[in-house]
Amino acid sequence: MEKTSKSQHMNLTTYVTGFLLSVMLTLAAYFTAVDGALAPRSIGIVVVGLAIAQLLVQLVFFLHLGRETKPRHQLLVFCFTLVVLAIVVYGSIWIMDNLNYNMMPHEMDEQLIEEEGIYR
Amino acid sequence: MTELAATVKTTLGFWTYLMTDVILFATLFVTYAVLHTNTFGGPGPDELFSMPFVLVETLLLLTSSFICGLAILAMQRQAKQAVLAALAVTFVLGAAFLGMELYEFNKLVDEGNSWQRSGFLSAFFTLVGTHGAHITAGLIWIGVMAAQIGRRGLTPHTSRRLVLFSLFWHFLDVVWIFIFSLVYLLGAA
Amino acid sequence: MSLSDVSFNPFDHSLLVAGAQFTMVFGVIALVVGLTLLKKWGWLWREWLTTLDPKRIGVMYIVVAAIMMLRGLGDAAMMRAQQALSAGGSTGFLDSDHFQQVFTAHGTIMIFFAAMGLIFGLFNLLIPLMIGARDVAFPFMNSVSFWLFAAGAVLINVALLVGGEFGATGWLAYPPLSGLEYSPGPGVDYWIWSLQVAGVGSLLSGINFLVTILKMRAPGMTLMKMPLFVWSSLGSLVLIIFAFPILTATLGMLALDRTMGMHFFTSDFGGNPMMYINLIWAWGHPEVYILILPAFGVFSEVVATFSRKRLFGYTSMVWAIGAITFLSFLVWLHHFFTMGAGANVNAFFGIMTAVIAVRTGVKVFNWLFTMYRGRIRLTTPMLWFLGFVLTFTIGGVAGVLMSVPAIDFQVHNSLFLVAHFHTMIIGGVVFGAFAGYTYWFPKFTGFKLNETLGKWAFWCWLIGFLAAFIPLYILGLMGATRRLDHYDASLGWQGLFVVAGVGLALIMAGVGFQILQLVVSWLQRGTNRDLSGDPWDGRTLEWSTSSPPPFYNFATTPQVTDRDAFWAVKESASSGSWVGKAKRETIRLPKNSPFGCIIGGLSIILGFAAIWHLWWLGALALLSIITVLTIRLSEDETEYTVPAKTVQAIETAFAQKKGQQA
Repeated sequence: MEKTSKSQHMNLTTYVTGFLLSVMLTLAAYFTAVDGALAPRSIGIVVVGLAIAQLLVQLVFFLHLGRETKPRHQLLVFCFTLVVLAIVVYGSIWIMDNLNYNMMPHEMDEQLIEEEGIYR
Repeated sequence: MTELAATVKTTLGFWTYLMTDVILFATLFVTYAVLHTNTFGGPGPDELFSMPFVLVETLLLLTSSFICGLAILAMQRQAKQAVLAALAVTFVLGAAFLGMELYEFNKLVDEGNSWQRSGFLSAFFTLVGTHGAHITAGLIWIGVMAAQIGRRGLTPHTSRRLVLFSLFWHFLDVVWIFIFSLVYLLGAA
Repeated sequence: MSLSDVSFNPFDHSLLVAGAQFTMVFGVIALVVGLTLLKKWGWLWREWLTTLDPKRIGVMYIVVAAIMMLRGLGDAAMMRAQQALSAGGSTGFLDSDHFQQVFTAHGTIMIFFAAMGLIFGLFNLLIPLMIGARDVAFPFMNSVSFWLFAAGAVLINVALLVGGEFGATGWLAYPPLSGLEYSPGPGVDYWIWSLQVAGVGSLLSGINFLVTILKMRAPGMTLMKMPLFVWSSLGSLVLIIFAFPILTATLGMLALDRTMGMHFFTSDFGGNPMMYINLIWAWGHPEVYILILPAFGVFSEVVATFSRKRLFGYTSMVWAIGAITFLSFLVWLHHFFTMGAGANVNAFFGIMTAVIAVRTGVKVFNWLFTMYRGRIRLTTPMLWFLGFVLTFTIGGVAGVLMSVPAIDFQVHNSLFLVAHFHTMIIGGVVFGAFAGYTYWFPKFTGFKLNETLGKWAFWCWLIGFLAAFIPLYILGLMGATRRLDHYDASLGWQGLFVVAGVGLALIMAGVGFQILQLVVSWLQRGTNRDLSGDPWDGRTLEWSTSSPPPFYNFATTPQVTDRDAFWAVKESASSGSWVGKAKRETIRLPKNSPFGCIIGGLSIILGFAAIWHLWWLGALALLSIITVLTIRLSEDETEYTVPAKTVQAIETAFAQKKGQQA
């Protein structure tokens, strides 16, 4: 049977490594969050960071991203997806958060003026 | 078109479909992000989720993703029985995951915290439920693949389809990483 | 409202709805009777309904799009008539509720079915031929895409037959108005489900043609040697792939609100209606670029051919397409500057909007530079291009004006906005589609369209368009709000509405000329036959085949060396080893399949069941679709072989015809 173009580098080591790394990253994130030792903001950063790390592990070890023969169209499509994702997710959160901008109480005026750099 | 070229073409097509699914999930994620504090006086994520339960679910799905990888290795060795065995284990683990998820949903609904309670719960049920629907589709796919490979053996056609299935199954685990982290872990913190 | 509440008695509905019902039912019956009398069912099934040939699928897309465009124009006529007639005491002939349904239907049909249908039609007809391929990457999926599109078109028409109402929410159905509380009837559900079904078809087509372009180009055709229509289409396809999932998810959430009592976009229980607007425009803005990019591609081909000159600035055109594609994801907030965001957010998106206009300007200049010192032939397609330059520029600068948030605050949701986007879509997409239609008609039918009638059609459309929409720019600046069925007489605006109505009548005359052109050309096809396959002295690969092309497109895969691949062959005076002389090989092509059509039918049932909450029927339909797909996708032998002798015979016949013409 003719091998698929991606199959040249798959072997047991790859999968086992990927699996063990993923389990470790999962447990690390779990105990960070459940433990409550860190401040909530730090927990957030750590958990998200570990999630992204596990994403990369699974992309490389399970989905074999980057191992295509040229032209690397799958990689290209994937990168586009990341860009669009970043724009839509970040953009939406920025916009939705901002929609109440004009309805903030007067007490916040001084803070806003400073933040926005508005000069009188 | 050569067999290899056909495989490359089909893989790219399926991969592109998976990318559209990424955008779909991203839309549901960002909606969850916007709505997750809108509990309308009801309970929030910190009160509703059981952490050990979710950890078990996560490890089940992760293991099934690994076993699926083993199925592909067996396919390369042309070991038909090993492929079928790995697919069976993948199925069992995936079904267990789904069962646990349905149990969690059922519990929430019984407590009065269904998707009709608040914007937060609507977003939660839809995001996690859509993932569950994809898992269900994957389980059906395993059944079809097992039947095909059982009857026709590991031909170029069935092997190609098996690889596509494995991409799908790994992708679902990737999405779950983010549900686990952003919805459950950050919700509890 | 449940199915048992629906009255099927036409006398219970308004005259308008009854009229629409009668027209549809009569039309379908006439079609069925006609096919039976002419004994054409077998032919229809074999040659059209089960075909996987993208050339046939392309024609079907265009036929459906044309029918839907007629319905959309009917809606437009009703709106113009209503606004022209109603002033002061008179309230015209449409009550508010019906007027709202009419403008909702008009927008939805024109964008999703007329424009998208034309675009997908062009993709199917042209992309494989232009890249030297025999088919698309996934022929069966192509058939499914078309039938899902057709299913959506059927569903949106069934709204008037079963239920007697459509959504009255505008073409984007903002909640909370489109939520269950304020739109309890089935109208919005019909809107949601016909778009969901058609949307899945669009997404699948996007994937299909992207892979086709990336993986199935003829040897030697690098990306930078592709025709610009293919580049433009590539940009559009990228946008389809990344934007349509947002639509699917958002419509899905609205459907969940309406059917399962969820609270995504309700005004209470923690919903956030503004999130819908954010998401729907995150899709909606790329959508309009999805529509315009292929039209730009058409113009690139038309201008080069009819200036007898290679396109000016190929590389900068490609960069412009890339920039437009990327930037169209960065501007979506300009559709809701007034929704309350702060200055920073509005400024960012305003600047991005202004920047994107620059890239389009580059393209217009490149087309004009192509014409400069070219040997121009003012055929009908070129006239459509020139009409585009005039109208699109007007609409474009109106858009740049509105990209400034402070100005947009004055004209948001006024008739100025309405005039702007109609200028872009009609001046850009529709004129582009018409230019393409006239240009490629001989290729796919074997005979040319009547030039004189084409020119009459063009002038009616252009003058009619200007008469219909310049008044709207003026009215908008004077403060006229959109979507109103009645304006107070004291404003003195009725005169302008009457002019707009006359403009629409002229446009309808233009459509009349186009229909007449089609009929006359068909009757005269003996005299305006295209025997050479290359009636315009074209530059790209599709012109190297016969008219119409053989079902396998190319007997031998072309070997490409230059941009304007066919022109290079003609210039080098060698007829190219792949045009005419090479040894014929057997060709493998996909067999016909009934499953695309069947899935389309099942989707109509699925959509209908979802709308009327007939869960058992919906489950059955879904299960059937899954079963059909499983059966088809488990098939290993889906192709058949065309013997080399057959290919030889067809090619010899073409060579003889070409000899005749010469």
